[in-house]
Amino acid sequence: MTRHAVGIDLGTTHCALAVAPLDTDGARPEVFPIPELVARGEIEARPLLPSFLYFAAAGEGSQSLPWDASRTFAVGDFARARGADAPGRVVASAKSWLSHPGVDRRAGLLPLDAADDVRKISPVEASQRYLEHLRDAYDARFGGGAESLAKQDVVVTVPASFDASARELTMEASLAAGFEHVTLFEEPQAAFYAWTDALGERWRKSVRPGDVVLVVDVGGGTTDLSAIAVVEKQGALDLVRVAVGDHILLGGDNMDLSLAHVAREKLEKSGKSLDRWQRASLVHASRLAKERLLGDESLAACPVAVASRGASLLGSTLRTEITREEVTRTLVDGFFPVVEGGVRPVSRPRVGLTQLGLPYASDPAVTRHLASFLTRQAGALAHASGIASGTVGSSKMLHPTAILFNGGVMKARALRDRLVEILGSWLVADGAPAGSLRVLEGADLDVAVARGACAYALARRGRGLRIRGGTARAYYVGIEDAVPAVPGVEPPIHAMCVAPLGMEEGTEASLPPHELGVVVGEACRFRFFGSSVRRQDTAGAMLGEWDEGELEELPAVEVMLPAEGRREGDVVRVHLRSQSTEFGTLLVEAEPTDPIRPDERWRLELNVRARGDG
Amino acid sequence: MSSNSRTIARRLFSSSFPPVNDIARDSFLDRFALAWACFFRVLFSPQASARVRAVFAQVPSPALAPPPPAPVAVSDSAAIRLLSLLQREGRLIDFLQQDVTSFSDSDVGAAARVVHDGCQRALRTHFAIEPVRTEEEGSRVTVDEGYDADRIRLVGDVRGQPPYTGVLRHGGWRAARIALPQAVGVHDETVVAAAEVEIG
Repeated sequence: MTRHAVGIDLGTTHCALAVAPLDTDGARPEVFPIPELVARGEIEARPLLPSFLYFAAAGEGSQSLPWDASRTFAVGDFARARGADAPGRVVASAKSWLSHPGVDRRAGLLPLDAADDVRKISPVEASQRYLEHLRDAYDARFGGGAESLAKQDVVVTVPASFDASARELTMEASLAAGFEHVTLFEEPQAAFYAWTDALGERWRKSVRPGDVVLVVDVGGGTTDLSAIAVVEKQGALDLVRVAVGDHILLGGDNMDLSLAHVAREKLEKSGKSLDRWQRASLVHASRLAKERLLGDESLAACPVAVASRGASLLGSTLRTEITREEVTRTLVDGFFPVVEGGVRPVSRPRVGLTQLGLPYASDPAVTRHLASFLTRQAGALAHASGIASGTVGSSKMLHPTAILFNGGVMKARALRDRLVEILGSWLVADGAPAGSLRVLEGADLDVAVARGACAYALARRGRGLRIRGGTARAYYVGIEDAVPAVPGVEPPIHAMCVAPLGMEEGTEASLPPHELGVVVGEACRFRFFGSSVRRQDTAGAMLGEWDEGELEELPAVEVMLPAEGRREGDVVRVHLRSQSTEFGTLLVEAEPTDPIRPDERWRLELNVRARGDG
Repeated sequence: MSSNSRTIARRLFSSSFPPVNDIARDSFLDRFALAWACFFRVLFSPQASARVRAVFAQVPSPALAPPPPAPVAVSDSAAIRLLSLLQREGRLIDFLQQDVTSFSDSDVGAAARVVHDGCQRALRTHFAIEPVRTEEEGSRVTVDEGYDADRIRLVGDVRGQPPYTGVLRHGGWRAARIALPQAVGVHDETVVAAAEVEIG
């Protein structure tokens, strides 16, 4: 029985779940406390479930939960704590791997340096296990069977920057966890919903048509940028998500590590050396010091003490301090430096395939990523209907009029202030009136996404406003030109648009006129591209060239025509047709020009490993 | 801990614990003995709490109440879990088990930071500790007739009948909410912290 709207924030470092009853008018999302192991044999209900999975060693016995006495793994706080103790048995950052195009995301990959007796699991399976934990926790509270979370109206969030294949894999994990009614939703939009939910009807007075809300979401592992335009439609407010940033693996964890590095250097200079545990606790202690210093401007320094692993605490505890100057230099200036509006992130050329590590952002400056996003998206409003804005014309960047923060990192006022100050100066330099940027004060930044996802689940049932936006990217299939092969030279390639940017959910793109040939009985691969800036391309548009950085190569797509009714080896002419599904995923299908059965079409597999990967 | 998660925890556990006002009156010493025996049981076990409620419901006069149930392993287990929590988060047992006399104040200070940071976090996450009296220490307060001797201890020249007036010397503390980790599975409940052996 569907009795709850449920929002799930499936985060890189934490998950959260919010629930609202469907049968109560005016019901609001409530954060659901998630029972999880916090130590061996101890369970506690907490609002956040750390996205970590621990495989217990053979002699450790079961990692019992109230609903499963015999399980051999643990999810949550205890699993995270074990990460420092036994890293070879702990899965972390599964979500970053899920969106890593350079690896086979359905293959056993995690833990990265797994112990011999640990069966590695895929990033998809890790996500599935986190969702299963949430499902079981919900079921233990509300009753399983027909009342199970699997039967509820569930909205699972993904970063706006997730490409079609990462979304598809998130959907796959949700279905594998048994969820029957899942919709994917972008995190920055969820944050916006949480804001409207926190304000109630007042939010309609806090924005006005013509506003462009920049959502800056800096979480533990990723930075996600989106722009939402407020427009007027038939006399009422309407929201359109007009731009989405790139996937940036840069977040609070990087900041904690760099601050810990500063503290460690000071300790080592004074002749102290730290073991693995002490380094891990130093990161933890540095995070607390960061929160204190950024939260209280009157503090000049914050002491940091790290105990040794053994039972004697006195005499072996290392002590240093982190000063305000160090926090300002390392975090505020290091991650949020004052830069000009036109700068681009510094990118180091990557050598070979980055298969064994995550493609972390090589530039730690959030402000440079933001500048690049706004510059790239300068034309974001040009194609959005219902926006009468003066910011198009000669402006070099997209002009937000309001900013909404999300993610644990942005809880620090000093960082929010820095970002607002810099953004304000860019806007003035680019011709916007001074003081035209407002800050939308939001809700609890840790659980806003889960709440907002739940509010969206309610909105989907007709209660409340929906943000329009459609697909965050345009998608293209690479078609090699028929030219004589020259050894060592890749044939030139055209990109055919199969799905335009901003395709509304539940719609299909018109059939592109170009035909492709696929071979019956053979897996046929195409290179696949996405673009978050090319708004002008319609389905079927054929691109011979494009500006650098406009198109980003994604994992290849593959279609396999079964031999049913056809001869193996025959070439079949097909059109590619795409559909933006109601559930937030992209479906690309090959439809034969001469079908031998009605409604004959084959699905293109979006998650194929890039060619040449080991 | 955010007020939000406090609300959640309160909601989660409120059904397990009887409101303080529901507990029958008794003399201080009797109550002390009984409370000491029952404290952890009532707090941590909904079953025990239900039984205690049932006892009070059936027997109108506290004087006729049957002797309190003897303390059993359940209360010990909860006490160990509390110690375990304070050790895990703030190394409290390590600190208390060590002899501080031979160490310098700066050594003790450094260790105390670890203990204070961690134990404070554990305390704030798992208990809502609030003052019994919110007036400033040193201010004059009036203690009315029928005051709660559990909450207010009179000191100094105590004589005659309430109301009394006096100076608040200590605001007192009470746990308005408690949400300790719950035991799950079968484990050796005497272990506060496991020994750690690094392999390889």
